[in-house]
Amino acid sequence: MSYGAWIMLTGSLVGVSCGIIGCFLILRKMAMLADAISHTVLLGIVLAYLVSHSLEGIYMLIGAGIIGLLTAFLVQVLHSSGVQSDAAIGVVFTSLFAFGVILLSAFAGKVHLDVNHALMGEITFIPWNTLTIGGVDLGPSAVWMLGIVLIINLILIFLFYKEIKISSFDPAMATAIGIPVMFIHYLLMSMVSITTVASFDSVGAILVVAMLIVPGATAYLLTDKLLVMLLISAVIGVLSAIGGYYAALVWNISISGSMASIAGLIFATAFILSPRHGLLSKLLARKSIISERT
Amino acid sequence: MKMNPIQVSNLTVAYDRKPVLQEVTFQMPEGKLIGVVGPNGAGKSTLIKAILGLIPTASGSVEIYGKAYRTQRKLVGYVPQRGSVDWDFPTNALDVVLMGRYGHIGWFRRPGKKDTAIAMQALDKVGMKEYAGRQISQLSGGQQQRVFLARALAQDATVYFMDEPFVGVDAATEKAIISLLNELKAQGKTVLVVHHDLQTVKEYFDWTLLLNKRKIALGPTEEVFTVDHLQKTYGGRLAFLDTQVSPSYVVQP
Ligand SMILES: Nc1ncnc2c1ncn2[C@@H]1O[C@H](COP(=O)(O)OP(=O)(O)O)[C@@H](O)[C@H]1O
Ligand SMILES: [Mg+2]
Repeated sequence: MSYGAWIMLTGSLVGVSCGIIGCFLILRKMAMLADAISHTVLLGIVLAYLVSHSLEGIYMLIGAGIIGLLTAFLVQVLHSSGVQSDAAIGVVFTSLFAFGVILLSAFAGKVHLDVNHALMGEITFIPWNTLTIGGVDLGPSAVWMLGIVLIINLILIFLFYKEIKISSFDPAMATAIGIPVMFIHYLLMSMVSITTVASFDSVGAILVVAMLIVPGATAYLLTDKLLVMLLISAVIGVLSAIGGYYAALVWNISISGSMASIAGLIFATAFILSPRHGLLSKLLARKSIISERT
Repeated sequence: MKMNPIQVSNLTVAYDRKPVLQEVTFQMPEGKLIGVVGPNGAGKSTLIKAILGLIPTASGSVEIYGKAYRTQRKLVGYVPQRGSVDWDFPTNALDVVLMGRYGHIGWFRRPGKKDTAIAMQALDKVGMKEYAGRQISQLSGGQQQRVFLARALAQDATVYFMDEPFVGVDAATEKAIISLLNELKAQGKTVLVVHHDLQTVKEYFDWTLLLNKRKIALGPTEEVFTVDHLQKTYGGRLAFLDTQVSPSYVVQP
């Protein structure tokens, strides 16, 4: 595969994984928590490195999974003891992230990561960092990691679809009929954590947030069906990745930045043109009401 | 021995140490429509949530047909307050009603043909069959309430808990709900309904529980629903109550 194709594949895998998870974050009004987790997993990555002395994907995923859950758990604890949820998120987010940054700078010599890289990602180098087993070049390791995470996410969503759906729509009813709503919450937060880590190298923490929130928010404007929302969101993730790559080529700008900008552009278009929720249809509806009256 | 459908003993619930329900004890008879009446903030919703295990209790116990709620979930149907969910959620009426089947379906399985048939039948019973495919945000308040009722019917329960099902619904829906409640009663089911409209209490409910943090009174409505008890329940706010309550006394034979 060509250099450009690998980059587009990497971006698309990020787009699909984040796009699907993002829908549930939007519906559960948890965008802020995802934002927090996407930053605190940095601590997980550094700790995983300090413990395992390796930068292998599996250690990163486990480290991030643990810290992601810890983030969600601490927010829950603070919230249930009376702290407002946005303040709880702010406190946990900044302290864990700051701790990660301190560790990172203290051991900077030994860790190949740097803060800038973690925040902004470096998708340009992805195709050269390949996975070789027994002398066979299997393609970029980021693609493997993202592929595996996507499959894990899809399996979990498939298995727990109805539980995720009811606990997102009506958590009280879900609890009453015996669905472990907290387990589902932490399951989703684990998915956010591993998705973020897998996407770190390519798009970085800040753009992971864009990919987590923007496609889902766009899809929400365009459909009334949960399943369709998941599909549209995934497609928007892919379109942003491919469109972003070509835009970056043409204007010679940051690839990951350009991917997030395309996602933003698609959102803006949907926001104006969406048949039911869009600005335009609302304006037209208002006009027709006024003209009916006169 | 015949067991009580709902047995609550010494139930105390507090939010942040502020007690909301104190030492509430009662037994509900089987096969009756029971109204739960009390002022705003009296703990009516809290009572239902505590019975269903949705919030932690400080002390006391709850039994459904003699056993802990946890083991009796399939016997219980729940209609939450309509405002407790986001009606912009991307789903349609049938889908919401199908959620009533989730407790019966179990892990890793999808609702099947049988569940869909039960859900459609429930929608039919509340007069919402034609709206099965309608996005829930496109329904009126009364229609949304009917969907919630249909979901509870799909739960195929023996004991029902309904939180203010009559709030914000049109007259037609109110009639539909009350005839549905009577149908459930005719099938021997027990239905506990949080209700705020004092004028209709006598007309709608066999039994009444008057609640204000504590149990004020419980029993057959004609015995319990007295000015004296209402005064205890509503305290100083009874001045306007007199005018609300007396008309129903007048029409009462
Ligand atoms: N989640 C909560 N946290 C703190 N206080 C609450 C919560 N829910 C209800 N309350 C308080 O508990 C009291 C009883 O509430 P509720 O059971 O909803 O009353 P009702 O349904 O009778 O109007 C009220 O004073 C209310 O402010
Ligand atoms: Mg209430």
